[in-house]
This record gives sequence, structure tokens and C-alpha cells, in this order.
Amino acid sequence: MSSSILFQALVYLVAAVVCVPLGRRLGLGSVLGYLIAGVAIGPNVLGLVGEGAQVMHFAEFGVVMMLFLVGLELKPSLLWELRKPIFGLGGLQVVGTAAAVTLVGVLAGIDWRLSVAAGLVFAMSSTAIVLQSLAEKGLLKTAGGQAAFSVLLFQDLAVIPILAVFPLLAVGGVTAHVGEEAGRPGWVQALLVLGAVTVIVLAGRFVIRPAFRVLAETRLREVFTAFALLLVVAIAWLMQTVGLSPALGTFLAGVVLADSEYRHELESDIEPFKGLLLGLFFISVGAEIDFHLLVEKPALVTGLLLGALLVKALVMYGLARLFGLERPARWLTALGLSQVGEFAFVLISFGEQNKVWGADVSGPLVAVVALSMLVTPALFVLLERVVLPRVTATGPKRPHDEVAHDGAAVVMAGFGRVGQVVGRMLRMSGHAVTVLDLDPAIVEMLRRLGQKVYYGDASRLDLLVAAGCNQARLFVLAIDEPEKSVEVAELVRRHFPNLPILARARNRQHYYRLRRLGITAIFRETLGTSLELGAAALKHLGVRAHTAHRIAQRWREHDEAALEDMLKYAGEAQDVWLSEAKKALENFERAMRDELTGNTTEKDPGWDNESLRDEVLARFPAPPPEAPKSPG
Amino acid sequence: MSPRRILVLLAHPVLERSRVNRRLADAARAVTGVELHDLYEAYPSLRIDVKREQRLLDVHDVVVFQHPFYWYSTPALLKEWQDLVLEHNWAYGAKGHHLDGKLTLNALSTGGPEQAYREGGYNRFTIRQLLAPYDATAHLCRMRFLAPFVVHSALRLETDEQVRPFAEDYRRLLEALRDDQVDLDAAAKAERINAPLDAVLKKAGAVA
Repeated sequence: MSSSILFQALVYLVAAVVCVPLGRRLGLGSVLGYLIAGVAIGPNVLGLVGEGAQVMHFAEFGVVMMLFLVGLELKPSLLWELRKPIFGLGGLQVVGTAAAVTLVGVLAGIDWRLSVAAGLVFAMSSTAIVLQSLAEKGLLKTAGGQAAFSVLLFQDLAVIPILAVFPLLAVGGVTAHVGEEAGRPGWVQALLVLGAVTVIVLAGRFVIRPAFRVLAETRLREVFTAFALLLVVAIAWLMQTVGLSPALGTFLAGVVLADSEYRHELESDIEPFKGLLLGLFFISVGAEIDFHLLVEKPALVTGLLLGALLVKALVMYGLARLFGLERPARWLTALGLSQVGEFAFVLISFGEQNKVWGADVSGPLVAVVALSMLVTPALFVLLERVVLPRVTATGPKRPHDEVAHDGAAVVMAGFGRVGQVVGRMLRMSGHAVTVLDLDPAIVEMLRRLGQKVYYGDASRLDLLVAAGCNQARLFVLAIDEPEKSVEVAELVRRHFPNLPILARARNRQHYYRLRRLGITAIFRETLGTSLELGAAALKHLGVRAHTAHRIAQRWREHDEAALEDMLKYAGEAQDVWLSEAKKALENFERAMRDELTGNTTEKDPGWDNESLRDEVLARFPAPPPEAPKSPG
Repeated sequence: MSPRRILVLLAHPVLERSRVNRRLADAARAVTGVELHDLYEAYPSLRIDVKREQRLLDVHDVVVFQHPFYWYSTPALLKEWQDLVLEHNWAYGAKGHHLDGKLTLNALSTGGPEQAYREGGYNRFTIRQLLAPYDATAHLCRMRFLAPFVVHSALRLETDEQVRPFAEDYRRLLEALRDDQVDLDAAAKAERINAPLDAVLKKAGAVA
């Protein structure tokens, strides 16, 4: 067996490429796909890779990047709003789970210190698996998703004090060194931590943004990517040096940069690295699982596994209920967070170093943790397919809503600012509309308002069929995001060529992309508002209301004609396009100016009596002024 | 002579609720050589494309204004159409000769019965008296004004059956106008063009 890096890379990549699409196709999600790939290439099955630990260490960086991206999505204000679930729900989850496991351990006659240590290990859940799965299933923004996220965030924070407490739990009472930063007095440590956090916040505000601006101006994409990576690596290093969790540090940096104008570029740059490294991480977790142990001590391993899942789920369910979460959210957090997470691997090996336990204990623990992660995707499937549909109060519910089209004449994709007005207008006029929207938050809110909306991705053919596109008379494409909108438009055009489409367009580029698909009824979302505002402005400046209104109407006609004119250049090189656009703009402005200043016959000649006055004066000459009558 | 081309300008703001005009429009639409131009459908925001309207007038020989008789006149859009489309020096005036010699008439429905539209009657004037602005407009544009096609008591007509005789007359009138089977002098003088229709049709080539 070759151990060359190329061969290793080959094995990992092949495993990923084969297993992940398979997992997706079977509806199990990518995480389970990666885990199965890991099992397949691991020592127990094919034996293509041996020592997974090194790879895993490297791959843990994927978790760091993921938290950076999570941070980017979170504005500080939102984080502040979440303080109660983070510290309340998260804190009680860690303490409660640890206490429950300890109790079970002590009742089973295990040393209390060992029980406490195991409890702390089991309190951890897998940020990587849970966030990835929630995001994939579109559950991250639901109440349950937010609660799960808060708990996970607290766990990341809690790792630091737990690492400090662990050595004190050594059965022999051995005073061990406290991590790598051992030897520093407590206050130095505290100052270092504080300093590092300050550095990150200040650098995010005053250094990183200008640096991004300079780099963005070079227009060299790879330099930008390199800087984005450098940023994440540097923060991770800094945090590790002062003894904080790198994941926490990059998360913080992400939050600081969440308001920055480079947020989306950062996201798209880091995203593929994160994806690959996380995949690698899951694969190595799969490869780590020691199946021999499962064969040798099946009762012990399965018992521990089921016990851990059960205790974690029960504690979480109780707390979720205590915190007033709805039933779907309770189940989501209980089942979703029931696995033991990647930090547990760190804690287990740390415990071994500090003689909290020996290899006889850590072996089964590692197996249990890995197996619990392996069953998580299955639990998510269970949650999604069986539990959520039952506990959700009424009607077809997310995820993967069962769409019933009730023979509606109209199928609508997107129920945001545009879709809501259109949809309600149609419904009030007595036309049934089947609405699909991809934003769980919107769907949830509108459901509460009594609006019938289905959570679903309109770029999926099966959903379009279920929504009744075969029978519908009209498809309203009200999705705001151009990429998604075009994707859906293509799908509808291809599979339902006779279904007329009315589409909303964000801008001209979007307009042309839809137009080239053969869609003619396209409505630019800001045009109407701009014209109304323009007319109102004219009115304020003393133009009569009806005249202002007609100017706006005329503007629309000219603008639409010019837009259609430019269609033939839409695919041209940029300089051709620009010169044509310039010409069109000039023509447009000249035409409008001529009309407004009256240099054209096109004004409203029917209402213009100039020429008529001349003729009338000629035809009916004014009577000669009467001679003043003399009195008397 | 070659068949006349007929433009029917239909003005009804709620055609979907119409009893008579909708069925008359259907009848007109079915006649070869007739272009039915539904103004409220073409201009939902009441903004008229003057150039387009003038091009349409240019290629037709007969202009029929079809509408309900709102307040002894037409729905608002048709008035707007007159104001804007019949431009000075296009339709009338020293240099306006685009409409010279074309035929024009109104096809309208009234709520009241025939006897209400008499001098001293409930509505005090005859239909032709009330249509004086159309008569004068036609005159100013050098068009020939024909007696109106009138459906009285439209509010009593509910079913296809009840409207069918009128729709049938309307079809015959349009075909006769197209094929030059109308005695134009008689049609210009009559109080109503369809009272009865046969009175204004040329005797020799009567239309079936």
C-alpha cells in the first residue's frame, strides 16, 4: 500500500465523489455520505488509509472555517438577541447533560470523577454535522435551528473551562499540566485572552477592511482568496497560542466582518475550502471507528451509545420545553443535538494525557462518539420524515412539504415582497394559487398569518409537478434572487413549454437572461416605484398631477422600447454593449426632453390648441369693437 | 367597388358584465373585413397611443363607435379618444383630410325603452338629438354620419336568445356596409338604422 500523498488524496477524493452524491440521492444528506466513505476506506473495510488521526487534525480546520462562515452570517445585533438561548439554554444543556451522565455513572458504581469527566465529554454535540445538516435541509433559520445553533455556540465556549477542569478529575489526583499554556499565571492568561479578542475586533474594524479594499483593487482573485485564507489561519493561530478555541476566534472575526461590504466575496472564497475540509473531517471520523471493539464488546458499546443518545435527547427536550419552544423545535433540538461531537475527541485524548482514564476507557469512548456521529444523519432523516410531520400542528409542513395543488390555476414561486401582493390579489379575486417559497422563516410567519404557502425549492422538478404545473394556466415567477429565478425559469420552460410565465426581474441583466429564455412578460421590480416617485417629485415641483402621471407613463414606454432594442446586444462584448447602451441612452433622453419641452408634435396635439387657434381666428374674425354708446 | 373595411371601436369599461355589447362585439368580430378594437382592453390605464389609432383610421372606410349610452353619451375613454386622436390638421381643419368621405355611426345600447327617447318623453330628446355632438364631429371631419344602431331596453335582455335578434341585425348591417348594400341616403335620414334594418338595405341585393 502506497502512503504517498497523491495516493492518499486519490483515495479520499474518490471516496467522497462516489459516496456523497449517493448519500444525497438516497436523501441521507452529504454528512452521512462522507461518514460512509470514511468507513469504506478505513482500516475495517478496505484498509486504504491507516492512521486517520493526522488527517483529522488537519481536517478539524474545516470546523474552524465553518464557524467563520457562520459568524459572517450573524450580525452582532442578532448575536445579542440570541444571548438568552446561548447562555440560558446552552449553559443548562452542558450542565444538565453532564449532571445526568454523572448520576447514571455514579449509580452504576463508577468513580464520580470519571463520571463527571465522561459527562462533560458527552455534553458536547457536533457543530460540524448539525450545522451542515440544518443548512442543507433549510432548517437553520427556524426556531429550532436557532436554538440548536445557540447551544452549539455555548458548547464551543465551554470547551475552554472544561479543559481547565479536566486535570482536577484525574482519578489518582495527579496534578497535571493545564494544556499548552501551562506555567502562565491565571491573570496573564486572562489578559492574553482579552488582548486576543480585542485584537480581532479592532483589526476587523480598522485593518482588515482597508486591506480588502486594496486587494480588491488589484483585481487578482487568487490574492483575495489567499488573503481570506490567511485571515482565517492567522486568527486560528492567534487563538490557539493564547489557549482559546480557534473556532471561537474565527467565529468572532466572522461576526466583526458580517457588516463589511466584502462579506459575500469572503463567503464565496472560503466556502469551497470549508466544504472540502469538513468532508475530510467527516471521512476521518468514519475511518476512526474501531469496529473490532464493536465486535468484542457489543453490549458495552451499544449500551453506551444508546444511553448517551437517550440522556442527551431527554435533557435537551426538557430544556427546550422549559424555554417555551414549540414542539417541532423541541424535537429538532433533542434529536439533532443528541450525538457526541468532535470536541469530544479532543477531550478524550486530553483526558488520557491527564490520566483521567486509560486506553481501556478512551477506546470505547472514541467508538461511541464516532458511532453517535454516524447515526446522526439517520436521526435527521427520522426527524424530517417521521417526527416533524407529526408534531407540526396543521397542514402540510416543512421540511419537504407535501404540496397539494388542489387544481389551482396559478403556481407561484417566491412569496416575498412581490409575490405576496400578487398572490393575495389573485386569491382575493377568486383564483386559487399554489405558492412555493424557499425561506422557512417567511413560510412560518405567513402560515401564522393564515396564508397558505408551501416550503419548497421551485428548482426541483418533482415539486413543480406536485404543485400542479401540468394543469396550471399560469406560472408566476416572483423569486428575487436572479440565479435561482433563472434556474426555475429554465426548468419551467423546458418541462412545461406551454405554461405562460410572468416573471419578476431584479435588474436589466436579470431581465435579459429571462428574455433570452423566451419569456416576454417580465416586470422589473423597481421600475414602477421609481416612476411613481418621479411623478410625485414633479408634482411637488408644481407640475399638474395628471401631467406628471403621463410623463411617467411615457417614460415607461420609452424605457421599455429601449430595453427591447438593446436585447440584440445583450450577449455582445462589453465595449460593444457599452457603446450601444450609450447611444440608446442618448436617444432616450433626447426623446423624453423633446416631449417634455414641447419640441415635438408628439406632445398631446389633441389637447394643444395652438394651430386650432390660428384657424379659428382666421375663420371667425373678431367683431369690430362697438362704438361706445353715447348716453341718452 | 372593393369591399369597405370596417373599424369597430368598442368602449365598455366592464365588458365582462355587459349583456348586449359583449354579444354584439362577438357578432362583429365574426364578420370578415371587420376589425374590432376593444379600447378598454388596449388601454387599461386610459393612455391612448394616438399614432396607432390614426394608422388604424387610415386603413378603414367605416368607423363604428360601439358603446353603452352612458349619460346620453359614451364611456369616458371614447371621449378621450376623440379629444386626442381627432387632431386638428389631421382629422379636421384646413389641412386635415385623413377622414374625408369615410362613413361613421354609433352602435349603442340604452337602458330605457324606445318611447322614452322622444321629445316630451321620459328622456326628453330623441337618440339622434342626443347624438348631435357625434353628428357635428362627423361633419367637421367631413365624414358621412349615419343613423345609429340602437338596442333599447338593454337591461331587460338577459339571455343569448333575447339578444340574438339584435346581434343578427348587427351582423347583417356590418356585412351590408362592407358589401355596399346599404342605401346611404336612407341610412343618413333614418331615426335609427335598425328600425327596421331592411328599410335601409338596397332592395336588389338584399343580404340574407
